Amino acid sequence: MSYHSFLLEPISCHAWNKDRTQIALCPNNHEVHIYKKDGNNWSKIHVLKEHNGQVTGIDWAPESNRIVTCGTDRNAYVWTLKGDVWKPTLVILRINRAARCVKWSPKENKFAVGSGSRLISVCYFEQDNDWWVCKHIKKPIRSTILCLDWHPNNVLLAAGSCDFKCRIFSAYIKEVEEKPAPTAWGSKMPFGEVMFESTGTSGWVHGVCFSDSGNRVAWASHDSTVAVAEGGKTAVCASLTSETLPLLCVTFITENSLVAAGHDCYPVLFVYDSNKAALSFGGKLDVPKQSAQKGMTARERFQNLDKKATTDSKEAVLESVHKNSISQISILNGGKAQCAKFCTTGMDGGMAIWDVKSLESAMKDLKIV
Amino acid sequence: MAKNTLSSRFRKVDIDEFDENKFVDDHDEPADQQGPDAVEVDNLIRQGDMMAALHIALRNPPINSRNPAIKERAQAVVLRVLTSFKSSDIEPTVKSLNKNGVDLLMMYIYKGFERPTENSSAILLQWHEKAFAVGGLGSIVRVMTARKTV
Repeated sequence: MSYHSFLLEPISCHAWNKDRTQIALCPNNHEVHIYKKDGNNWSKIHVLKEHNGQVTGIDWAPESNRIVTCGTDRNAYVWTLKGDVWKPTLVILRINRAARCVKWSPKENKFAVGSGSRLISVCYFEQDNDWWVCKHIKKPIRSTILCLDWHPNNVLLAAGSCDFKCRIFSAYIKEVEEKPAPTAWGSKMPFGEVMFESTGTSGWVHGVCFSDSGNRVAWASHDSTVAVAEGGKTAVCASLTSETLPLLCVTFITENSLVAAGHDCYPVLFVYDSNKAALSFGGKLDVPKQSAQKGMTARERFQNLDKKATTDSKEAVLESVHKNSISQISILNGGKAQCAKFCTTGMDGGMAIWDVKSLESAMKDLKIV
Repeated sequence: MAKNTLSSRFRKVDIDEFDENKFVDDHDEPADQQGPDAVEVDNLIRQGDMMAALHIALRNPPINSRNPAIKERAQAVVLRVLTSFKSSDIEPTVKSLNKNGVDLLMMYIYKGFERPTENSSAILLQWHEKAFAVGGLGSIVRVMTARKTV
C-alpha cells in the first residue's frame, strides 16, 4: 500500500494509461496534468490546456490510447497522442449545463458523458464527416447524471443520477455496432430504452459500477447506503444502510465483493451473497497507524475536562491514509473479476495504491470471496 | 417618500412553481398509515412497560401520508413515550431496535427538536446520544436526506 501526495488541491478526477505507468489527473482547475512514474517519484510530462472550466471527468482508453475529458465548460475533448504532443478534438455535446462524468465504452468506439442538463450524451465517431457526433438519452432522467459505467457488451450503460435513481439504459448505436445479444437485463435494447430503474434507496447516486460479467450493478447513494441489483426475470435488489458518512465511489473487485470509499476517507469492503440476495459489511480497508498511548497527567486530564468537557485523550486527527474525502476509485490490475490492486484519489490531493493481497493478510477477518 | 404606485405583487410569485422542469417526487400511495395507536401506547405506559410502548409507538409511521394532522398526532404519541422513559432505560431500549427502528427513532427525535417545549430538548438530546451510538452518522444522514419524513 503506498500513498503519494500530488498536490495541496483536491484531485477532481484521474485516469490511468494501459500499462499503469502514467496517470492523467485534474488538479481542480481547467487543466489536465499527466504524470509519469519515475522509480519512486512522479514527474509531470504533459499539461493539457484546452478547457475553459474545471475538468470534471477523464477517461483513458487503454487500447487506442486516447484520452477523453469533459468539463464544466459544457465541452468534451478527445485527445490523441501525435508524436510527443496530445492534440485535442472538440466534441459538441449539445448540452447547456456542465458535463459531470465521462466513460469510454469497452470497445472504445463510443463514449458517454453525463451532465447537469438532465441527459446523457452518447458520442461516436462518424467516418464520413471525420467528426464526433452525439445522441441524447433524455427520458426519464429528471436531474443531473453524476456517474456512469458501461456493461461489458458495449451497449448497456448504468447511470446514477441526482433524482435518486440508478438506471440502466441501452446506448445501442446502429452505425457502429451489431445488434447485441440478450443479457440478464433484457433482450430488446433500442437506443434509450430503460432496462432497469432502482427503487427503494433515496439520496443522490454518487457512484455506480457493473460487475465483470455485467449481471450485477452496484451503486452508492447519499443516504449512506450501498445497493446491488442482479439482472434476471425480475431484478433483485439488495441494499445495506451503513453507520458511516455517504460513500462517493464504488467498484467491484471480484464478482461478489465491492470496495467503496467516500467522505469517511477510507475504503470499505462489502460482500454480496447472491443466494440470500443480501449485502453485508466486509471490513474497513485502512491500515491505521498504531498511535502510542501516552499516560495522561492529572493536569492534562483536568485541562481536557475544562476545554473539551471530556476526559478522552483522542486527538482530532484522522488516522486514515487519506486526510480528506475519497472521490474516485479505479482498478489497476486484475480487472473487476480478480482485482489485485486498486487506486484511490481524493480531496486531499493524494493518491493511494492498495494491494488486495496484503490487505487480506493484514486484516484478520477480511475475506474477499 | 413617494408612495409606491406600481404593484409589487410580482414579488410574491414563487417562480419555481412555474418551472416546467420542476422536480416532483413520485407520489406513492398513502397506504393506510394512521400513525401509532395512541390508546394502546397509553395503556402500556400506565402499566410501566416502556420498551413495548416504544415499539408500538414506532409502528405504522405516517411517512407516506400527506395529512399533517396524522403526522402531528404520531409525533405527539412518540414524544410522550420518549419523555416518560427513565434515563437508565434508554440505552437497552435503543439496543433492542433494529436498523430501521433506529432510523425511525432518529427521525422522530429531529422532528421533536423542531418544536422544543419546556423539557423536551434535554430528554431528546439524551435519546439522540444513545441512538447515535447505535446508528452512527449514517442514521443522521438518512434523516437529513429523506424526501418523505415522519
